[in-house]
Amino acid sequence: MDNLLVKAGGWLALVFLAFLAMVLAVDGGFAVHMAIIMIACLIALWVTISKADYAAIGRGILKAPADPGKYDDDPIRWGVIATLFWGMAGFFVGLYIALQLAFPVLNLGLEYTTFGRLRPLHTSAVIFAFGGNALIATSFYVVQRTCRARLAFPRLARFVFWGYQLFIVLAATGYLMGVTQSKEYAEPEWYVDLWLTIVWVSYAAVYIGTIVKRSEPHIYVANWFFLSFILTVAMLHLVNGLAMPVSLLGAKSYSAFAGVQDALTQWWYGHNAVGFFLTAGFLGMMYYFVPKQAERPVYSYRLSIIHFWSLIFLYIWAGPHHLHYTALPDWAQTLGMVFSIVLWMPSWGGMINGLMTLNGAWDKIRTDPIIRMMVLALAFYGMSTFEGPMMSIKSVNSLSHYTDWTVGHVHSGALGWNGMITFAALYYMVPRLWGRQRLYSLRMVNWHFWFATIGIVLYAAAMWVAGIMQGLMWREYGDDGYLVYAFSEVVSAMFPMYVIRAAGGLLYLAGAAVMVYNVWMTIAGKVREEKSMTETPHDPEADKPLVAVPAE
Amino acid sequence: MSYDALRHFADSWGLLFMTAVFLTLIGWTFRPGAGRTHEEAAHMIFDEDKNDV
Repeated sequence: MDNLLVKAGGWLALVFLAFLAMVLAVDGGFAVHMAIIMIACLIALWVTISKADYAAIGRGILKAPADPGKYDDDPIRWGVIATLFWGMAGFFVGLYIALQLAFPVLNLGLEYTTFGRLRPLHTSAVIFAFGGNALIATSFYVVQRTCRARLAFPRLARFVFWGYQLFIVLAATGYLMGVTQSKEYAEPEWYVDLWLTIVWVSYAAVYIGTIVKRSEPHIYVANWFFLSFILTVAMLHLVNGLAMPVSLLGAKSYSAFAGVQDALTQWWYGHNAVGFFLTAGFLGMMYYFVPKQAERPVYSYRLSIIHFWSLIFLYIWAGPHHLHYTALPDWAQTLGMVFSIVLWMPSWGGMINGLMTLNGAWDKIRTDPIIRMMVLALAFYGMSTFEGPMMSIKSVNSLSHYTDWTVGHVHSGALGWNGMITFAALYYMVPRLWGRQRLYSLRMVNWHFWFATIGIVLYAAAMWVAGIMQGLMWREYGDDGYLVYAFSEVVSAMFPMYVIRAAGGLLYLAGAAVMVYNVWMTIAGKVREEKSMTETPHDPEADKPLVAVPAE
Repeated sequence: MSYDALRHFADSWGLLFMTAVFLTLIGWTFRPGAGRTHEEAAHMIFDEDKNDV
């Protein structure tokens, strides 16, 4: 009882503090955020004091197995649903801003719905909300099963899930109101950054705590990748987020760095967010779920370790390639370029390691649509880790930088590699997490695969054409030494490509919608009557023993 | 330490140190007996009797 009183009192105090901060806020954005925090604390207070068993109600709504099981899977089930929810939101906003570029009238003449406000909403929703929830869920799934231990600090694990959702809501609403640090992929302002730091340190504690209490002597390689992702993202976030707030009751802050130092810190962060969030973390998924789904061990465990250390030692230096031909010292630009090119090798080593895991089981690509998704993910990992180093070469970059080619490159990596490996991992986990015999429909996974694949192809191809055309038009000089094309002419020339890109995005979103339906029905416990993916027809003619013919 | 001295330290001894650590970590996977350890580690995720799913 006393314990309950202390907890409820703590939440109430936080409600009052948030209310006070809201009233005293020096700007509207900060006031709205404090109101959101106050509502979050009120909900937590209600859950604390009411007698209802919300954990059991939640399990009922989610139709989760009543048996607690060997592993702590509740936060993973929530994470799967959050991943799908934020994925749909992020893909939809992406489609909307793609259409805004083709049809500017869709900016609606409101500040809240302009491209500049919605674009960080899209990038953060897909990277941090969709990708981040997928990473937290899969890392908790994998670490428990490979360490054969339940999650350490179960209450902290639940705090990580809900705290991360609060971070997403604060970040997303901030972008719409124009509350931004103006650092790409690190837009949230100082107080949201501080909140993320608390959540992230808790995440690291749960993850490392689980590894420490493992009952399996060896730490499986997928955990190395997940751990490097957690630790490096913590370091990147802390350094790049260093800022001085103007007021402790206001949203605005100024970076601790200025000028080119700020730019370099930002891209040291930005590229390693790609390297450790979008690459190392998702490779953790790859090294567990690909062997499990293929039912074969990874092609070369030694290669996976070499892959790991090479990424760790090389990625951290590649950031300056985002700042070619800027005020950054020339040697730093060249350093970034050289390390980016060297990175090609370990990346392809990892891709080959994943693909060759299917060695001797290649027929599964025909019969198992989940394996098919994984193979496509690895193929796009290979393609975008070839395209990236190529674009980091200064002479190539002089054509590609600031064009839509970069946008196309990012999306072939994000939609192809991150998206597809996440979908495959979710399809693997859902029947197991909910104790179902199989997914509602494997044929729908196949539909999802083709929607997404055709969507990515349309997207990437349109952006290659748009980007290279844009780059060539920008640098076209006439005989008189003047630029041939006005900026507006370049923009209007790209209209068809922008429409094709939006069509690609629509297909990708449609595929994800098929997935939501499939997962929904699987959780509901339904199994679709359908033809199996492969038929092995019986041939009675051939089905008889060979008759031994005696030698003459 | 001045910026210049730090930079020269980084691209001489610092570089040498990082390279040595990297090569040691890579070389470690080629130690005698590593193959069998790797084999076991790669198969560990399929140990269904110790694992529920």
